[in-house]
Amino acid sequence: MTGQPRAGDARTTPEAAFAATGLSRRYRRRWALRDCDFAIPAGAVCGLVGPNGSGKSTLLTLGAGLQQPTAGEVRVHGLRPGLDAVLRERIAFVAQDKPLYPRLTVAETLRLGRELNPRWDQDLALEVVQQGGLSLTGRVGELSGGQRSRVALALALGKRPDVLLLDEPMSDLDPLSRHQLMGTLMGQAAEHGTTVVISTHILSELDGVIDHLLLVDDGQVRLAGPVEEILGAHLLLDGPESLPLEPHTVLELRRTGRGVSALVRPDGPVAEGWRAEPPDLEQLLLAYLRSPGAASLNTTVPSSPMEVAA
Amino acid sequence: MIEYRIDRRSGVATYQQIVQQTKQALRLGLLQPGDKLPTAREVVEATAINPNTVLKAYRELEREGLVEPRPGLGTFVQRSLGNADATGDAALRAELSTWVDRAFATGLDREDVTALVSAVLDAREQRTSAPADRAGGGREGTR
Repeated sequence: MTGQPRAGDARTTPEAAFAATGLSRRYRRRWALRDCDFAIPAGAVCGLVGPNGSGKSTLLTLGAGLQQPTAGEVRVHGLRPGLDAVLRERIAFVAQDKPLYPRLTVAETLRLGRELNPRWDQDLALEVVQQGGLSLTGRVGELSGGQRSRVALALALGKRPDVLLLDEPMSDLDPLSRHQLMGTLMGQAAEHGTTVVISTHILSELDGVIDHLLLVDDGQVRLAGPVEEILGAHLLLDGPESLPLEPHTVLELRRTGRGVSALVRPDGPVAEGWRAEPPDLEQLLLAYLRSPGAASLNTTVPSSPMEVAA
Repeated sequence: MIEYRIDRRSGVATYQQIVQQTKQALRLGLLQPGDKLPTAREVVEATAINPNTVLKAYRELEREGLVEPRPGLGTFVQRSLGNADATGDAALRAELSTWVDRAFATGLDREDVTALVSAVLDAREQRTSAPADRAGGGREGTR
């Protein structure tokens, strides 16, 4: 694999909703993100995954304009978050710790949202809050973690943003709320073409939900692109040990009794005798997370290295 | 209106589940010509799946001439589906039935037969989809 540029790729044109070039961010001596390139098209539902401390939250706060890159740049609809003021109403960000005013009631919090946001959708915000059975007169400070998440999501959705950046929004929600809110999110994406970038540890939560994937690990992009394209570039091979794996790129190899099970990026036809099937999203992500040395794959930018030596 | 039930563990692609459930409803007469399918928004709000999946399923149904999108109004059922026992299918069924008898006669049990049928279906699918897989897999190397 030569990693030649894919010139003229539509996804690298300015209409990318969320894009980075050489994006880096350093905290004192530690690089939280280093030289990240990606482009997420408008209307995508993108899963942002990676181990703890891999740079997911840094990536999202940079996208929200709450901090600025140390090097490189991040663009949202071609504009610079935090610097280009017109972006403010087009981006909504839900931080992991869901900062809200604890002394305000739920109703007052929504009123604040209404007064600060010109495109405010009160019906939607109310629906999200009431679906969870929250009292409008209850104080935010007295809500449970999951209920606060709901209020934070109501604020973000009510804002009617073009780009919704969510940092582990569902982690403290019960399964029903999770399902409801994911449904509401997808409904907004369907109705308004909202771009959604959602970070999570719960891989199974993403299956069937996301259409784009961004895997960051140790501050670098390891997988980026449309889910179908990424899954389609991999095969799970099962067969006897004697079968050849060349010339494929082997990402993970496991012995299963007499046979082997390998996750590969095929390069040419697969040898006769292998049982080959495409991996599902969770299998693929787990394999990459288990194999930090596996070559990265980024189909969203023209000139990124397709192969990083293991 | 039809409600889709998505099983994320089934191994069947989500859009295929929507296609299959729609066809099943057509066969059973639960959906009839003129009926409206739920909008993408309605489906995703209820099932929490990606909107593109619903659109892909509806495009597939449209391609097969089963539904028709009417701009601004929604997607409507165009024609119904006969049930599976009609005409040509009866001959296939009879052949399969003979084959199953033979399989049992050689000592296979129900699970063996099912495993054999899925293995043959898998092998066939691999044969027909292999060129596409390779094109997708080798893309970054061939461009």
